[in-house]
Amino acid sequence: MKLEELRFGTELLKRGFAKMQKGGVIMDVTNAEQAMIAEEAGAVAVMALHKVPADIRASGGVARMADPKKILEIMDAVTIPVMAKCRIGHIAEARALEALGVDMIDESEVLTPADVFFHIDKRKFTVPFVCGARSLAEAVRRIWEGAAMIRTKGEAGTGNVVEAVKHMRLINKAISEIKILPEESIYSIATKFASRYVELSKIVRDELGLADVGKKDVVYENYTLGEIIDGLFEIILEIKNIGRLPVVNFAAGGIATPADAALMMQLGADGVFVGSGIFKSSNPEEYARAIVEAVQHYDEPEVVAEVSKGIGEAMKGLDVFKLPEEEKLQERGA
Amino acid sequence: MRVAVVGVQGDVEEHVLATKMAMKKLNIDGEVVATRKAGVISKSDALIIPGGESTTISRLITSDGMDREIIKLAESGKPVMGTCAGLILLSKHGDEQVEKTKTKLLGLMDIWVKRNVFGRQRESFQVKLKVKYVGEFEAVFIRAPAIVKVDKNVEILATFEDFIVAAKQDNILALAFHPELTQDTRMHEYFLSLSKV
Repeated sequence: MKLEELRFGTELLKRGFAKMQKGGVIMDVTNAEQAMIAEEAGAVAVMALHKVPADIRASGGVARMADPKKILEIMDAVTIPVMAKCRIGHIAEARALEALGVDMIDESEVLTPADVFFHIDKRKFTVPFVCGARSLAEAVRRIWEGAAMIRTKGEAGTGNVVEAVKHMRLINKAISEIKILPEESIYSIATKFASRYVELSKIVRDELGLADVGKKDVVYENYTLGEIIDGLFEIILEIKNIGRLPVVNFAAGGIATPADAALMMQLGADGVFVGSGIFKSSNPEEYARAIVEAVQHYDEPEVVAEVSKGIGEAMKGLDVFKLPEEEKLQERGA
Repeated sequence: MRVAVVGVQGDVEEHVLATKMAMKKLNIDGEVVATRKAGVISKSDALIIPGGESTTISRLITSDGMDREIIKLAESGKPVMGTCAGLILLSKHGDEQVEKTKTKLLGLMDIWVKRNVFGRQRESFQVKLKVKYVGEFEAVFIRAPAIVKVDKNVEILATFEDFIVAAKQDNILALAFHPELTQDTRMHEYFLSLSKV
């Protein structure tokens, strides 16, 4: 067998890995013991963190990549895939996580963003990425940058599902609108979606008194604006043709109960991330198992009712509508 | 002909589509159904266990009694195919990871498996393989397991490095890779050809 025939880190392998998670629950864990509880309960993967989002929210300050020692401890404890979060745009944290051997990187708004202009060019990595999205525009941009999985942003650490529902509905509605649009109008949508990539160039050109950014100008990594629009166009066209995102789409951010998880599946999520919901509940083992069951049987109300019986108290939760704008994690990284 | 795909977790839809395409190519009339509940498998002519997390799939099929249905179907001589996680569940002999996670195996094939044998996702790869009865095939390995040993009654269909990555025991087919992730339906066509319906 010649070595050059082996291929690593292809888009097929990255998206394929994400597809293996479908119908599953990915749980946030902060140590080996929690990771083992998650695996035992039937989690398809765990997200290794130094703090769950509710605690990140409570403690304030800058939230960064978790301590590699902690991540390795979790990787050693379980046989299922281990994911970890890096800050938005923080290429060095992402490379460090890749070097550790984590199975997927979450470029996450739950941590403090490192770059206000750009997300990571994820195609340059061997390891697959998942990214949050509140809208179809965000989802399409992340997919173009190479994300192998999209998740709703929701509002992490609140135990309140309302924002995850909102983001799932916004994305689904946008897809159904695009499905019935003529192909000619897709290009103008791509142009609109591409405008985020121009912000840095715009500021600089404005300061230097130069003309507006044109399609031949390089605006992000080595890509010209024209190339970005073409890339986004291809993705939107594919969405129009297949009637869904071309990558797996999970629900995340505020899912706290088995019924929350079932709701997100009913809205069309391919699977569910549960952050603070499990280890901030009064009985993590029971909660973890119940949420796994509820995801599998999301369309069987009697099962969702049964698994919700007497599992103790859910995490306390926050009213998202009373959160000041600056405390909303979802606003980070569009 | 009715083909069931165990639909509790993993890349279920990909197998449904690949099987439908294979049926069309072979001019087979029938349906492909993904199932998350007991009751459907026993009424099917063939069954696929997809890729996913073997620990999760095992837990969910055991709690619902789907495991007993699968065993009965296989013992009746109907074709059963497992890919990746599915291969692990079909085996009789697990490794230390299977033991540690208390994964319940279906024990339908006399094979010894090793989970995540090539490494983590970073080490996942695709490669052209020679597969007996099928020919050259683009094989996609994702955190894949492999077969390290087989009994005499098991036919080896493909190897990679020192490992067995495709094997057949009578009506049961185990693949360490994911034919459902490619557009090539020849593996699924071969699987359907094992049916006597």
